[in-house]
Amino acid sequence: MNIKLDEHNNGCVLVKPETERIDANNAEALKIELSRLFEESKKCVVVDLQQVRFIDSSGLGALVSGFKNASSRQASLKLCSLQSQVKSMFELTRLHRVFDIFDDAESAFANK
Amino acid sequence: MNNEIDIQIRVPNQTRYLSLIGNIAEDLADHLQEYKGDREALAFHMNLVLTEAMVNAIRHANANDPMEEVVVRITISDNELVILIFDHGQGFDINSIKHPKDIDANLLDEHGRGLFIMRSLMDTVEYRKIENGNVLEMHKKLGC
Repeated sequence: MNIKLDEHNNGCVLVKPETERIDANNAEALKIELSRLFEESKKCVVVDLQQVRFIDSSGLGALVSGFKNASSRQASLKLCSLQSQVKSMFELTRLHRVFDIFDDAESAFANK
Repeated sequence: MNNEIDIQIRVPNQTRYLSLIGNIAEDLADHLQEYKGDREALAFHMNLVLTEAMVNAIRHANANDPMEEVVVRITISDNELVILIFDHGQGFDINSIKHPKDIDANLLDEHGRGLFIMRSLMDTVEYRKIENGNVLEMHKKLGC
Protein backbone atom coordinates (compact mmCIF):
# COMPACT_ATOMS: atom_id res chain seq x y z
CA MET A 1 0.00 0.00 0.00
CA ASN A 2 1.32 3.44 -0.83
CA ILE A 3 0.91 5.79 2.12
CA LYS A 4 1.45 9.50 1.59
CA LEU A 5 2.77 11.51 4.52
CA ASP A 6 2.52 15.30 4.86
CA GLU A 7 3.66 17.32 7.85
CA HIS A 8 1.27 20.18 8.55
CA ASN A 9 2.63 23.49 9.79
CA ASN A 10 1.05 22.91 13.21
CA GLY A 11 3.10 19.77 13.71
CA CYS A 12 0.37 17.30 12.80
CA VAL A 13 1.17 14.55 10.32
CA LEU A 14 -1.39 13.77 7.63
CA VAL A 15 -1.33 10.09 6.71
CA LYS A 16 -3.12 9.33 3.47
CA PRO A 17 -3.41 5.70 2.32
CA GLU A 18 -3.42 5.86 -1.48
CA THR A 19 -5.63 2.86 -1.99
CA GLU A 20 -9.33 2.22 -2.53
CA ARG A 21 -9.27 -0.84 -0.33
CA ILE A 22 -7.82 -1.59 3.12
CA ASP A 23 -8.20 -5.25 4.03
CA ALA A 24 -6.30 -8.14 5.58
CA ASN A 25 -3.88 -8.13 2.66
CA ASN A 26 -2.50 -4.63 3.29
CA ALA A 27 -3.71 -3.49 6.71
CA GLU A 28 -0.45 -4.50 8.39
CA ALA A 29 1.41 -1.88 6.34
CA LEU A 30 -0.83 0.86 7.74
CA LYS A 31 -0.43 -0.50 11.26
CA ILE A 32 3.36 -0.48 10.92
CA GLU A 33 3.43 3.05 9.53
CA LEU A 34 1.28 4.42 12.36
CA SER A 35 3.43 2.60 14.90
CA ARG A 36 6.57 4.12 13.39
CA LEU A 37 5.17 7.65 13.58
CA PHE A 38 4.33 7.34 17.26
CA GLU A 39 7.71 5.75 18.00
CA GLU A 40 9.20 8.88 16.41
CA SER A 41 7.28 10.86 19.03
CA LYS A 42 4.74 12.39 16.70
CA LYS A 43 1.99 13.81 18.87
CA CYS A 44 -0.70 14.46 16.28
CA VAL A 45 -1.60 12.12 13.44
CA VAL A 46 -4.58 12.53 11.13
CA VAL A 47 -5.47 9.61 8.85
CA ASP A 48 -7.17 10.84 5.68
CA LEU A 49 -9.36 8.07 4.24
CA GLN A 50 -10.64 10.07 1.27
CA GLN A 51 -9.50 7.49 -1.29
CA VAL A 52 -10.67 4.48 0.69
CA ARG A 53 -14.02 3.09 -0.42
CA PHE A 54 -13.70 -0.23 1.39
CA ILE A 55 -12.30 -1.25 4.76
CA ASP A 56 -12.62 -4.59 6.53
CA SER A 57 -12.13 -5.61 10.15
CA SER A 58 -8.36 -5.92 9.64
CA GLY A 59 -8.25 -2.32 8.45
CA LEU A 60 -10.25 -1.24 11.47
CA GLY A 61 -7.88 -3.25 13.66
CA ALA A 62 -4.89 -1.40 12.24
CA LEU A 63 -6.51 1.93 13.09
CA VAL A 64 -7.43 0.72 16.57
CA SER A 65 -3.83 -0.33 17.07
CA GLY A 66 -2.72 3.17 16.07
CA PHE A 67 -5.25 4.71 18.41
CA LYS A 68 -4.01 2.64 21.34
CA ASN A 69 -0.44 3.49 20.47
CA ALA A 70 -1.29 7.19 20.41
CA SER A 71 -3.18 7.06 23.69
CA SER A 72 -0.31 5.31 25.48
CA ARG A 73 2.04 8.12 24.41
CA GLN A 74 -0.32 11.04 25.14
CA ALA A 75 -0.62 11.61 21.40
CA SER A 76 -3.70 11.79 19.22
CA LEU A 77 -4.91 9.89 16.17
CA LYS A 78 -7.88 11.31 14.30
CA LEU A 79 -9.66 10.33 11.10
CA CYS A 80 -11.00 12.50 8.31
CA SER A 81 -12.76 12.41 4.93
CA LEU A 82 -14.53 9.09 5.37
CA GLN A 83 -16.67 7.93 2.46
CA SER A 84 -20.23 7.06 3.46
CA GLN A 85 -19.90 3.27 3.40
CA VAL A 86 -16.61 3.42 5.32
CA LYS A 87 -18.27 5.64 7.90
CA SER A 88 -21.07 3.08 8.15
CA MET A 89 -18.45 0.45 9.05
CA PHE A 90 -17.33 2.53 12.00
CA GLU A 91 -20.95 2.89 13.11
CA LEU A 92 -21.66 -0.83 12.70
CA THR A 93 -18.69 -1.73 14.90
CA ARG A 94 -19.30 1.18 17.31
CA LEU A 95 -15.84 2.58 16.57
CA HIS A 96 -17.35 5.98 15.82
CA ARG A 97 -17.45 6.27 19.63
CA VAL A 98 -13.71 5.69 19.85
CA PHE A 99 -12.29 7.85 17.07
CA ASP A 100 -12.66 11.58 16.49
CA ILE A 101 -13.89 11.71 12.89
CA PHE A 102 -13.82 14.90 10.85
CA ASP A 103 -15.22 15.88 7.46
CA ASP A 104 -11.83 17.02 6.17
CA ALA A 105 -8.19 17.38 7.14
CA GLU A 106 -8.37 21.07 7.98
CA SER A 107 -11.13 20.47 10.50
CA ALA A 108 -9.06 17.73 12.08
CA PHE A 109 -5.98 19.98 12.28
CA ALA A 110 -8.02 22.79 13.80
CA ASN A 111 -9.32 20.55 16.57
CA LYS A 112 -6.28 20.09 18.81
CA MET B 1 -38.37 -15.98 -14.90
CA ASN B 2 -35.70 -17.19 -12.49
CA ASN B 3 -33.21 -14.39 -11.86
CA GLU B 4 -30.87 -16.59 -9.83
CA ILE B 5 -27.10 -16.37 -10.30
CA ASP B 6 -24.92 -19.14 -8.92
CA ILE B 7 -21.14 -18.93 -9.07
CA GLN B 8 -18.34 -20.98 -7.56
CA ILE B 9 -14.74 -19.80 -7.32
CA ARG B 10 -11.67 -21.63 -6.08
CA VAL B 11 -8.66 -19.54 -5.02
CA PRO B 12 -5.39 -20.21 -3.21
CA ASN B 13 -5.44 -19.67 0.52
CA GLN B 14 -3.88 -16.19 0.34
CA THR B 15 -5.17 -12.74 1.29
CA ARG B 16 -4.07 -11.30 -2.07
CA TYR B 17 -7.28 -12.78 -3.52
CA LEU B 18 -9.60 -10.97 -1.10
CA SER B 19 -10.21 -8.04 -3.44
CA LEU B 20 -10.99 -10.38 -6.34
CA ILE B 21 -13.69 -12.22 -4.41
CA GLY B 22 -14.98 -9.07 -2.73
CA ASN B 23 -15.33 -7.23 -6.03
CA ILE B 24 -17.11 -10.16 -7.67
CA ALA B 25 -19.58 -10.20 -4.79
CA GLU B 26 -20.10 -6.46 -5.10
CA ASP B 27 -20.71 -6.72 -8.85
CA LEU B 28 -23.34 -9.41 -8.30
CA ALA B 29 -25.51 -6.91 -6.43
CA ASP B 30 -25.65 -4.81 -9.59
CA HIS B 31 -27.23 -7.72 -11.46
CA LEU B 32 -30.29 -8.09 -9.25
CA GLN B 33 -33.02 -6.84 -11.52
CA GLU B 34 -35.86 -6.73 -9.00
CA TYR B 35 -34.01 -5.57 -5.87
CA LYS B 36 -35.80 -2.58 -4.39
CA GLY B 37 -33.51 -1.88 -1.45
CA ASP B 38 -30.32 0.19 -1.14
CA ARG B 39 -28.26 -1.46 -3.84
CA GLU B 40 -25.07 0.40 -2.96
CA ALA B 41 -25.29 -0.73 0.65
CA LEU B 42 -26.04 -4.31 -0.40
CA ALA B 43 -23.02 -4.33 -2.72
CA PHE B 44 -20.76 -3.03 0.04
CA HIS B 45 -22.14 -5.54 2.53
CA MET B 46 -21.62 -8.43 0.13
CA ASN B 47 -18.04 -7.32 -0.49
CA LEU B 48 -17.51 -7.06 3.25
CA VAL B 49 -19.12 -10.38 4.23
CA LEU B 50 -17.20 -12.29 1.57
CA THR B 51 -13.96 -10.62 2.61
CA GLU B 52 -14.46 -11.37 6.30
CA ALA B 53 -15.50 -14.97 5.61
CA MET B 54 -12.46 -15.57 3.43
CA VAL B 55 -10.11 -14.11 6.03
CA ASN B 56 -11.56 -16.50 8.60
CA ALA B 57 -11.01 -19.42 6.24
CA ILE B 58 -7.48 -18.34 5.36
CA ARG B 59 -6.27 -17.54 8.88
CA HIS B 60 -8.25 -19.75 11.20
CA ALA B 61 -9.56 -22.70 9.26
CA ASN B 62 -6.60 -23.16 6.92
CA ALA B 63 -4.02 -21.78 9.39
CA ASN B 64 -2.49 -19.45 6.76
CA ASP B 65 -1.25 -22.41 4.73
CA PRO B 66 -0.55 -21.00 1.21
CA MET B 67 -0.78 -24.50 -0.26
CA GLU B 68 -4.41 -24.81 0.77
CA GLU B 69 -7.34 -23.40 -1.15
CA VAL B 70 -10.65 -21.74 -0.40
CA VAL B 71 -13.80 -22.46 -2.38
CA VAL B 72 -16.47 -19.77 -2.44
CA ARG B 73 -20.00 -20.35 -3.67
CA ILE B 74 -22.43 -17.45 -4.01
CA THR B 75 -26.06 -17.95 -4.95
CA ILE B 76 -28.10 -14.79 -5.31
CA SER B 77 -31.64 -14.24 -6.44
CA ASP B 78 -34.13 -11.43 -6.01
CA ASN B 79 -35.22 -13.01 -2.71
CA GLU B 80 -32.18 -14.50 -1.07
CA LEU B 81 -28.40 -14.43 -0.81
CA VAL B 82 -26.58 -17.63 0.12
CA ILE B 83 -22.83 -17.74 0.70
CA LEU B 84 -20.85 -20.90 1.27
CA ILE B 85 -17.13 -20.84 2.10
CA PHE B 86 -15.45 -24.24 2.01
CA ASP B 87 -12.10 -24.97 3.61
CA HIS B 88 -10.12 -28.18 3.91
CA GLY B 89 -8.31 -27.21 7.06
CA GLN B 90 -8.66 -28.16 10.66
CA GLY B 91 -11.37 -25.57 11.14
CA PHE B 92 -12.00 -23.35 14.13
CA ASP B 93 -14.47 -23.06 16.97
CA ILE B 94 -16.98 -20.40 15.90
CA ASN B 95 -18.50 -20.37 19.38
CA SER B 96 -15.24 -19.27 20.94
CA ILE B 97 -15.47 -15.90 19.21
CA LYS B 98 -17.32 -13.21 21.08
CA HIS B 99 -21.01 -12.68 20.38
CA PRO B 100 -22.25 -9.32 19.07
CA LYS B 101 -23.69 -8.28 22.44
CA ASP B 102 -20.14 -8.11 23.80
CA ILE B 103 -18.82 -5.73 21.13
CA ASP B 104 -19.21 -2.64 23.31
CA ALA B 105 -17.11 -4.17 26.06
CA ASN B 106 -14.24 -4.86 23.69
CA LEU B 107 -14.12 -1.81 21.43
CA LEU B 108 -10.32 -1.53 21.66
CA ASP B 109 -9.68 -5.13 20.68
CA GLU B 110 -7.66 -5.20 17.48
CA HIS B 111 -9.13 -8.50 16.37
CA GLY B 112 -12.42 -10.36 16.49
CA ARG B 113 -14.76 -8.06 14.58
CA GLY B 114 -15.04 -10.25 11.49
CA LEU B 115 -17.58 -12.71 12.85
CA PHE B 116 -19.51 -9.89 14.52
CA ILE B 117 -19.77 -8.16 11.14
CA MET B 118 -20.99 -11.32 9.39
CA ARG B 119 -23.57 -11.99 12.10
CA SER B 120 -24.75 -8.38 11.95
CA LEU B 121 -25.21 -8.29 8.18
CA MET B 122 -26.47 -11.81 7.48
CA ASP B 123 -29.62 -13.48 8.84
CA THR B 124 -27.86 -16.75 9.69
CA VAL B 125 -24.19 -17.74 10.04
CA GLU B 126 -23.26 -21.38 10.64
CA TYR B 127 -19.96 -23.23 10.54
CA ARG B 128 -19.91 -26.99 10.44
CA LYS B 129 -17.78 -29.97 9.54
CA ILE B 130 -18.41 -31.73 6.26
CA GLU B 131 -16.65 -34.52 4.45
CA ASN B 132 -13.05 -33.43 3.77
CA GLY B 133 -13.33 -30.12 5.56
CA ASN B 134 -15.68 -27.44 6.81
CA VAL B 135 -18.22 -25.00 5.46
CA LEU B 136 -19.25 -21.54 6.59
CA GLU B 137 -22.84 -21.06 5.44
CA MET B 138 -24.63 -17.72 5.52
CA HIS B 139 -28.12 -16.72 4.41
CA LYS B 140 -29.84 -13.40 3.98
CA LYS B 141 -33.37 -12.65 2.81
CA LEU B 142 -33.34 -9.82 0.32
CA GLY B 143 -37.05 -9.03 0.53
CA CYS B 144 -37.72 -7.57 -2.89
